[in-house]
Amino acid sequence: MDKNHFKLATAALEPDRLKRELLDDKAGAAVCFEGWVRNHHAGEAVTALEYESHAGIAEKEGQRILDEAVSRFEIIAAFGQHRVGRLEIGDCAVWVGVSAAHRGAAFDACRYIIDELKARVPIWKKEHYVEGPSGWVNCATRGAQATHS
Amino acid sequence: MIELQAEYFAAFREQAGCSSEPVRTAAGTVAELYAEIAAKHGFLDSMTRCKVAINDELVEWESPLAAGDKVLFFPPVAGG
Repeated sequence: MDKNHFKLATAALEPDRLKRELLDDKAGAAVCFEGWVRNHHAGEAVTALEYESHAGIAEKEGQRILDEAVSRFEIIAAFGQHRVGRLEIGDCAVWVGVSAAHRGAAFDACRYIIDELKARVPIWKKEHYVEGPSGWVNCATRGAQATHS
Repeated sequence: MIELQAEYFAAFREQAGCSSEPVRTAAGTVAELYAEIAAKHGFLDSMTRCKVAINDELVEWESPLAAGDKVLFFPPVAGG
């Protein structure tokens, strides 16, 4: 079985099932990160959000990041999934899991992967607010909020 | 002048009012093409915060253009 892969998901992420893919007799540590949809952003009350992506390039770039993590850190397995489509408050938007013989490498690799995913993978987030028009996070728009993640 | 196809995503798609369009340009690099298109459609994001792909591969802004290329313009990403 692949020891690392990155996928976009159109249906709810299942952290418990994903975590089981990390199981390995050589592993002494697993670190999992879940990114959730929160109900506020830059002072605005958020009601829901939508993720859009370019699937082909996003999955290739995500896979590249996981491959980098495998070569940089002493880990056994690394998996990542990111949602696209409409999500509600509390939904899991992104999941990263890493297993390793020891916890240090697992923490470091998990942090590396989520930071690089957020910075590099072509995924865009449109937030819907209680008040005012919806906005694309991080993008500059005339006369609207230019928000930061 | 060459002819190519420009594709827009997320905020760029909404600002351009279309997801793709044919473009005739004298631009030699992707960066020059972005400057033309940003002026035309009012894109405000600095190129350094955006990404670009040619024919479904991410490329550098100084990459040359060829007739018939499909050039994908990605606004600042916001995964996670």
